[in-house]
Amino acid sequence: MADAIALEGLERRFGDRPALRGVSVRVGEGQTLAVFGANGAGKTTLLRVLATLLRPHAGSVSVLGASLPGEAWKVRGRVGFVGHEPLLYPDLTARENLLFHARLHRVDSARADRLLREVGIDGRAGDPVRELSRGMVQRLAAARAVLHDPAVLLLDEPRAGLDPAAAEHLEPLIGRASGRTRVLVTHDVDRGLREADVVLGLRAGAAELSGSNAAAADVRRLYS
Amino acid sequence: MIRPALAILRKDLRLELRTRESVPAMALFSLTVFVLFHFGLHRDSVDGAMASGVLWVTLLLATVLGVNRLFASEREGRALDGILLAPIDRTAVYLAKAAGLFLYLVLLELVAVPAFAILLLGPGLGGAFPELIAILLLADLGLAGVGALVSGLAAEARARDVVVPLLLLPLLVPVLIAAARATEPFLMSHAGPHQLAKWLGFLGVYDTVFLLLAVAVFDYLLED
Repeated sequence: MADAIALEGLERRFGDRPALRGVSVRVGEGQTLAVFGANGAGKTTLLRVLATLLRPHAGSVSVLGASLPGEAWKVRGRVGFVGHEPLLYPDLTARENLLFHARLHRVDSARADRLLREVGIDGRAGDPVRELSRGMVQRLAAARAVLHDPAVLLLDEPRAGLDPAAAEHLEPLIGRASGRTRVLVTHDVDRGLREADVVLGLRAGAAELSGSNAAAADVRRLYS
Repeated sequence: MIRPALAILRKDLRLELRTRESVPAMALFSLTVFVLFHFGLHRDSVDGAMASGVLWVTLLLATVLGVNRLFASEREGRALDGILLAPIDRTAVYLAKAAGLFLYLVLLELVAVPAFAILLLGPGLGGAFPELIAILLLADLGLAGVGALVSGLAAEARARDVVVPLLLLPLLVPVLIAAARATEPFLMSHAGPHQLAKWLGFLGVYDTVFLLLAVAVFDYLLED
C-alpha cells in the first residue's frame, strides 16, 4: 500500500518554543491515523503542517506524494480540513459559504446543495451562519471540508459539539466509511483506537507512541 | 487567477452590503473630519493648497479605516485558512482585496468630495471635474494597491490597529504629495498654472511599481 502521508523527523517551532520535535509516522492510502495527546502536545500544529497552513522547519513531510513545503501547491485542493474554527463567514448564509468555496475549488454548485441536504441543514441553508447552532456550524464545516472530494481528511475533534444523531449524519462524509485517508485528532481514546489503523501519541511535541498497535492504557497515560 | 479573485471580491462586496462596516464608517469619518477642520481652522472656507491638503489628508486617514477592516471577515472563524486551502494562486486574494478597497474609495469619494465642497471649499468644483476624477482614480489605485498589501501583512498581527497606520501612512506619502499638488490648482478661486501631466505621471509610475511589487511578494506574506 502506498503511503498517503509520510513524516520523517518533522520539527516545527513557534519562536524558540518547539511545537513538534522529530515526529515520524507513515499512513497508507485509505487508512486512519489517530493522534492523541494532552492540550498543547502539538496535535493541531501537526494537522496545520499537513494542511500546508504551516511550514515544517526540519525533517521531511510528504502528502499524497508531494513534498512539503516545496510542493504545497500540489496538495492544496486535495486535503479537507475540519478544525476548531469552522473556516466559514458568519455573515454569509450556509449556502453562500458553500458556494463560495465551490467557486474556489471549481466544484459544481449542485454538489454544494447536495451536501447541505446530506448534513441535514438544507432547511436552514438561507440563514446566516451566525444564527446557526454550534452543531449545525460543525456540520456545515464538515460539508465545506469534503466539498471538493479530498483524498485526505484532516480532522481536529470533528464531533465536538455534535449530538449523536448529528454525528451520524457526518459518518458517510468524514467517517471511516468515506474511504479517505484520515488524520483524526481526538480525546475520545476508545473511539479513536477503534477507528485507527495507525496511532500517534504526542507529548510536548515528541512522538511517545507510534505504530499500528497501541493499548488504551498507554494512550491514556499521555494525558497524565 | 481572475476567477478566484472575482469570487473573493464578490464575497467581500456581499459582506459589505450586508454588514455595512467599512464604507459608511469611512464616509462618516471623513464628514466628521471636515466639520472638525471647519471649526478648528476657524474659517468658513479654504482654497488652494490648504483645501487640497485638507481633502487628501482626510481621504488618506479614511483609507486607514478601510485597510484595517479589509481582512476582518477572514479573521473571524479563521476563514482565511479556508481560502489558503484552496488550489488557487494566492495573488488572487491580493487582487480581490485591492479591487474591493478601490471600489470602497470610489464610493467614499462620491460622498466625501461633494461634502468637502459644501462644508469647506470656497471656490466651486464645477470646472475641474475631468481632471479631478483622473487624479482621484489614479490616487485610489495607489491607495488600494498599497493598502491591500499592508492589510495582508498585518492580517494575522495582534497589534494590527497600530501596525497598519504605522506602515501604511509613510508608504502613502508620495501619493499624498502628488495628489495634493495635482489637485491644488483646481481648488483655487482662479485656476492657476498646473503641472497635471507631471503629477498624474508620477501617480501612474507609483501605482505600477507598487502593484507589481505587491503581486510579486503577496504570496509570501500569507505564508506563516
